[in-house]
Amino acid sequence: MKPTAKIILLVAGLALAACTNPGRFGADGTAGGIGAGGGAIVPGSANDPTSAAYFNQTIGDRVLFAVDQSNLTDEGRVVLDGQANWLLTNTDFTAIIEGHADEQGTREYNVALGARRANSVMEYLVSKGVAGNRLRTVSYGKERPIEICSNEACYAKNRRAVTVLAGGLTG
Amino acid sequence: MRLLGMVLAVTLGCVSPSAGSAQAQGDGPLRIEITEGVIEPLPFALPVFQAETADAPGLAAQISQVVSADLSGTGLFREIPATAFISTVSNFADPVQYADWKAINAQALITGAVAVQGNQLTVKFRLYDVFSGAEMGSGLQFTGTPDGWRRMAHKVADAVYSRITGEGGYFDSRVVFVSETGNKDARQKRLAIMDYDGANVQYLTDSSAIVLAPRFSPSGDRVLYTSYETGFPRIYVLDVGSVQRRVLESQDGTMSFAPRFAPDGQNIVFSLSQGGNTDIFAMNVAGGGATRLTSAPSIETAPSFSPDGSQIVFESDRSGSQQLYIMPASGGEARRISFGPGRYGTPVWSPRGDLIAFTKQNSGRFHIGVMRTDGAEERLLTASFLDEGPTWAPNGRVIMFTRESQGAGGRSSLYSVDISGRNLRPVRTPDGGSDPSWSPLQK
Repeated sequence: MKPTAKIILLVAGLALAACTNPGRFGADGTAGGIGAGGGAIVPGSANDPTSAAYFNQTIGDRVLFAVDQSNLTDEGRVVLDGQANWLLTNTDFTAIIEGHADEQGTREYNVALGARRANSVMEYLVSKGVAGNRLRTVSYGKERPIEICSNEACYAKNRRAVTVLAGGLTG
Repeated sequence: MRLLGMVLAVTLGCVSPSAGSAQAQGDGPLRIEITEGVIEPLPFALPVFQAETADAPGLAAQISQVVSADLSGTGLFREIPATAFISTVSNFADPVQYADWKAINAQALITGAVAVQGNQLTVKFRLYDVFSGAEMGSGLQFTGTPDGWRRMAHKVADAVYSRITGEGGYFDSRVVFVSETGNKDARQKRLAIMDYDGANVQYLTDSSAIVLAPRFSPSGDRVLYTSYETGFPRIYVLDVGSVQRRVLESQDGTMSFAPRFAPDGQNIVFSLSQGGNTDIFAMNVAGGGATRLTSAPSIETAPSFSPDGSQIVFESDRSGSQQLYIMPASGGEARRISFGPGRYGTPVWSPRGDLIAFTKQNSGRFHIGVMRTDGAEERLLTASFLDEGPTWAPNGRVIMFTRESQGAGGRSSLYSVDISGRNLRPVRTPDGGSDPSWSPLQK
């Protein structure tokens, strides 16, 4: 590995510390900011294809679900194909897949529903060749909405599974 | 002073098992049948309890106020303001002037006396059936320490409620719940415990991790709950006295939640999620392995034991939507009991054994309801944007639950309602509140 590539990985790993703050709960990762002009790759930024920011913004870190469903949509599969390819390339990373539900349901049922959603994503990624021991799932039920209005526009964004990268720097 | 017919020494904190055993009298005219339809609240007079020692007036006033608030809060009683009184009660031992209380239509008269001697507080009371012109039951006396004055007031109110309704009381009880602050997308949660009326709030955890759905042990000394303190939902048991907590299940790659005690206080049931599938398991709270009770590809959660410990009611979406089922406590074949339109969840068996409270979701609304254990006679008690998570008062007559308001500024609050659907009222908490669990009556 060229020395510069090693440095990029290191910086990407440091930026991850911000991306994996559990308080963020899958909010859009914007660590590093976008673009530094002149087409130069800024390590850890969204134009560094090995960065978590790139994964979150360009690949897409989340898929959405229909009401009370955990089966993947066609759009969701496209996003997950991208996630799988990225994870197969960037093998230093592990991920926690967070399952979430909207507020239209009882609390414990929604924890179970979020577990189903996270598992749907995990099974798909594994079917595309990502090692299962790099992935974990967690369900937040309806405890961590990202949108807070009480109508379908918000609910649709809250019924999600978010692939939150962790690790890096293991090589 | 005449000796009270019955003296109960209740050392608060050091338990006297005989406390609170007052039974209703025979069929006198002063009687509220809670099961009857429309109820006109029964008017009562409660002159401020007499202070028998020099430093008692403050506590006498506070105790009188709590007794009144307990009774009025049921919706079954209505306090007559003191400004309407013709008689005054200047001495607890003096005969009652029934005509003066009849004249203001006080059907029940409650008199009391409070004495403070050193670190000992004594509270006495008598209950009179004004229109029969007779005392109802014998006077009672409670002894404790001054800092336990609220519990003594609740015990007086429990005795009055019990004598007039023939039901057990519920005022000397506590509620463990989740205290909430912050907007929906930045909500902080911590476990809290308080008296049933919102007094004496104490926090049992900090807000560094999400906590969900606490449940009291059958004796009220421990609490089961779910916490994300490891980053994953795990079930914990917490000792209320020492506030020490211990994780109960931490198998890698799983999530555990929805823990509930069996009536024996030793065994618990909970949900375990593995590979996206959630089933119900049982284990001993002291440790050891978990036993699987359900094995279906559907979601099985929110278990609740029958009071005799022989059966478990739970929710499952095995039919395609959330519905209620009952199975033997050891697992095995389950029978569905909910058949109305909509989805049913969070079943909780009444401490009397006769009813199951639940959350129902239908046509975009949430309801708290009750049904018989065979699913018959479903009654919806509330309706709102989001009601959920019923818990029973110790006497099985009142339900407390979570109500969340709509929209970006939505907040969770605790409410209570009679099983008749009457007397819906907010329960006071310092911040937002959710997931209440009502304790048994304290000893």
